[in-house]
Amino acid sequence: MTSVLTNNFDIAAETLLSPASLSTDALHSILSATLASSVDYADLYFQHSMHESWVLEDGIVRDGSFNLDRGVGVRVISGEKTGFAYSDDIALPSLQQATGAARAIARQGQNKQVPILKSVDSPALYGVENPLHSWPAEKKITFLKELDALTRSVSPAVKEVTVSLNAVHDVVMVVATDGTLATDVRPLIRVNISVIVERGGRKERGSAGGGGRVNFDWLLEDNRAQGWARDAVRQGMVNLDAQAAPAGTMPVVLGPGWPGVLLHEAVGHGLEGDFNRKGTSMYARQFGQMVASEKVTVVDDGTLAFRRGSLNVDDEGVPTRCNTLIENGRLVGFMQDKMNARLMGVEPTGNGRRESYAHLPMPRMTNTYMLPGNDSPEDIIASLDRGIYAVNLGGGSVDITSGRFVFSTSEAYLVEKGKIVCPIKGATLIGGGDEVMRNISMVGNDLALDSGVGVCGKDGQSVPVGVGQPTLRVDALTVGGTA
Amino acid sequence: MSGQVIVQRPLDTGALNTLRERAERVLAEARRHGATAAEVGVSLSQGLSVTVRMGDVETLEFHRDRGISLTVYFGQRKGSASSGDDSDDSIREMVKAACAIAEHTGEDVAAGIAAAELMCANAPDLDLYHPWAISPEEAIADALRCEQAGRVDARIVNSEGASVNSGDSLRWYANSNGFSAGYPSSSHSRSCVLVAEQDGAMQRDYWYDSGRRADQLGDAESVGRKAAERTLSRLGAQRPKTGKFPVLFAPEVASGLLGHFMGAISGGSLYRNATFLKDKLGETLFPEWVTLSENPLLRGGNGSAPFDHDGLATRAQNFVEKGVLASYAVGLYASRRLAIAPTANGGGVRNLSISDSGEDQAALLRKMHTGVLVREAMGPGVNLVSGDYSRGAAGFWVENGEIQYPIEEFTIAGHLGDMYKNLAGSGTDIDDRGNVHVGSLLLSEMNVAGS
Repeated sequence: MTSVLTNNFDIAAETLLSPASLSTDALHSILSATLASSVDYADLYFQHSMHESWVLEDGIVRDGSFNLDRGVGVRVISGEKTGFAYSDDIALPSLQQATGAARAIARQGQNKQVPILKSVDSPALYGVENPLHSWPAEKKITFLKELDALTRSVSPAVKEVTVSLNAVHDVVMVVATDGTLATDVRPLIRVNISVIVERGGRKERGSAGGGGRVNFDWLLEDNRAQGWARDAVRQGMVNLDAQAAPAGTMPVVLGPGWPGVLLHEAVGHGLEGDFNRKGTSMYARQFGQMVASEKVTVVDDGTLAFRRGSLNVDDEGVPTRCNTLIENGRLVGFMQDKMNARLMGVEPTGNGRRESYAHLPMPRMTNTYMLPGNDSPEDIIASLDRGIYAVNLGGGSVDITSGRFVFSTSEAYLVEKGKIVCPIKGATLIGGGDEVMRNISMVGNDLALDSGVGVCGKDGQSVPVGVGQPTLRVDALTVGGTA
Repeated sequence: MSGQVIVQRPLDTGALNTLRERAERVLAEARRHGATAAEVGVSLSQGLSVTVRMGDVETLEFHRDRGISLTVYFGQRKGSASSGDDSDDSIREMVKAACAIAEHTGEDVAAGIAAAELMCANAPDLDLYHPWAISPEEAIADALRCEQAGRVDARIVNSEGASVNSGDSLRWYANSNGFSAGYPSSSHSRSCVLVAEQDGAMQRDYWYDSGRRADQLGDAESVGRKAAERTLSRLGAQRPKTGKFPVLFAPEVASGLLGHFMGAISGGSLYRNATFLKDKLGETLFPEWVTLSENPLLRGGNGSAPFDHDGLATRAQNFVEKGVLASYAVGLYASRRLAIAPTANGGGVRNLSISDSGEDQAALLRKMHTGVLVREAMGPGVNLVSGDYSRGAAGFWVENGEIQYPIEEFTIAGHLGDMYKNLAGSGTDIDDRGNVHVGSLLLSEMNVAGS
């Protein structure tokens, strides 16, 4: 872009519509052509996405890549039926063709009137600046090299260092038959440091990183990136001393921040509107009931400034909100997109998200976290007679029908009589969402959100998300160790 | 249903020529920008996907994707770029971006395209392209039959739907050492996900089939019935007790075990020093009866390809022979980092299979006598750096060689090195729906954590 635009709408119109000489009036006409009497809703999703990545490995920035993707997705909904087509060519003929294909789902008939498109107002949770351009290439290379040198200087046990730097600039516009005209300009950056440490013939990995909807300068503030580099090495060193994890069911204390993966898996997915509309989630019949310990309040909040999981508007043009899902143990809210909200007779919650123009939107999480309680983290750890204290986790997954979920530890300790005994090797922990949430007996006063690295997958679609929680104690989880 | 269809099926293989022209145009543009070498991949794919749920259509999706990816070299420095469309403007922008990146990357002695003599001279036709002339209406009817066949038992109370997918794609790869080749391929699948309930507890499971040819897929009804059978078999699941037991991995999870092995002997893991199998060439890692091999040239195979991502001719080869690690799996770049010969595994391994021990699953259950049959493994939990393995699981408790009852919410853990060494049987019940063709695998002992 050559001109300096500061407004979401102007940037989106210039990026997405101007090259094809499309106007919002033309989009209104296309929408009108989809709105046969049996059609409940249709939308067009325009997207222009730039992604840049640099990777330093073994002391050399060996590769860099740039990706450009743009296109438009057309969705037509009739009852519970959805027709979908897309084109990587943003131009009137392709749009008309995609629209023709998508509306094949609905019976044809007299067309209804599409209201005048009205701009959706939303707050600016992040800047519109393209993060790819926030640093010249030389500065990115210097940054990677300095981070590599710092990482290696932490310990002679560091054998391999990989540092990656990623930036995305996403420009989207949604127009819909309900009169929605919404735009968003979404920056997203991420840095990751991964090390292999080796000592006495034993090898372990450590990794750390973070990011958000910010530009690269943010990485230097408060020495953030340096902190992650040190943490990656620290984690690897801890794991070099790790003993075999115990096997069996025992109490588990989870640290603050990223271990909020627990909530994401144990309750988050199960509270997405589509699974509950269809009745395939175990939470579908528990609305209004106690589903967790009364110490538990969980929210999904897409409105946190600069956060990885935040959006000004979701991918259906609905402004994001802070939605309470569980309040003092009671199930009070599901996360909805427009289609599932309509079919369940409730309001959309700003959780309609899609990986790209080539994917259908679904109810998805944004930043999901548990509100703090009154316990001190020290007291919570001291409460363990024999159990696990998990400071950091890898990923997790869930079967929302049975409620069984897993996550794996990447830094954890065995605790006996309230004292940390030794670090333990990575182990998978498994539980049932229902029992585990009821078994949360202590909630810390130290709420933290993760550093901005989360990726959530559902039906083959990946979207960036955030998680968080205070330190908490679960009275019983099954630990998959070997000792 | 009416409406103009955006996807014209089948794909016109004449479009391969268009892909070739684009690839060569991109290479020329890269040369014009001063690149000393370049390589480019161009693809075009399209498909149809329908899902029905509870007896009615849920989604009808038309897919059509284009892609170009380019790597340019200026001596030993490289830069990459890709684009989702192939307009002249996008190609110019992409080439410019790749060249700009190459101005800033460091010298990498391992960087570069393959020498002409290493490249695949004549790409054989591997019979990978069998378009399925199915209309959206027919696909919907097919999916409806599939789901209906799965909803006969009253305990099947819900459904996540049945899907029919059909896709075709064209790929072209060219580089500045004169390689330029491409081929069409197809992939079709049927799947069904069902929910059963008993005593207020719900269970879900699924089944699918996939392949290059639609007429070789399990029919709609059989996929639906199998999904129902699997879902119902989970009802009334208990938790196993904690202890050390033999574990039989059903074929659908056994493929993952072999996948971890291939990951640990892949070039990328080796040169990053990120594998517990570094420097193990020539060592005995499996029992003597085990051979692990790939056959990329299998006609009609789901993983087949005539050449790898670097343009090297693929070949049938063994990675493990008589239990001994005979070869790593390395692509061109990794081979230079490791200073060994490439094995044409750029882009991974293709149609991996393991020798069987002559026993079907029933025989392996009898051999196991008492233990755990695992049919689902959950979560990441695999550390290739240390070899430690710990995953969530669901399956069946086995006694006297027979399945007793379903079990869930437990973990299985061990060290991959021990697990491979303690392989006690490899089934003839081969699952060839994916890229790994394997039957049930029996491991003599793992740590099971449950109640």
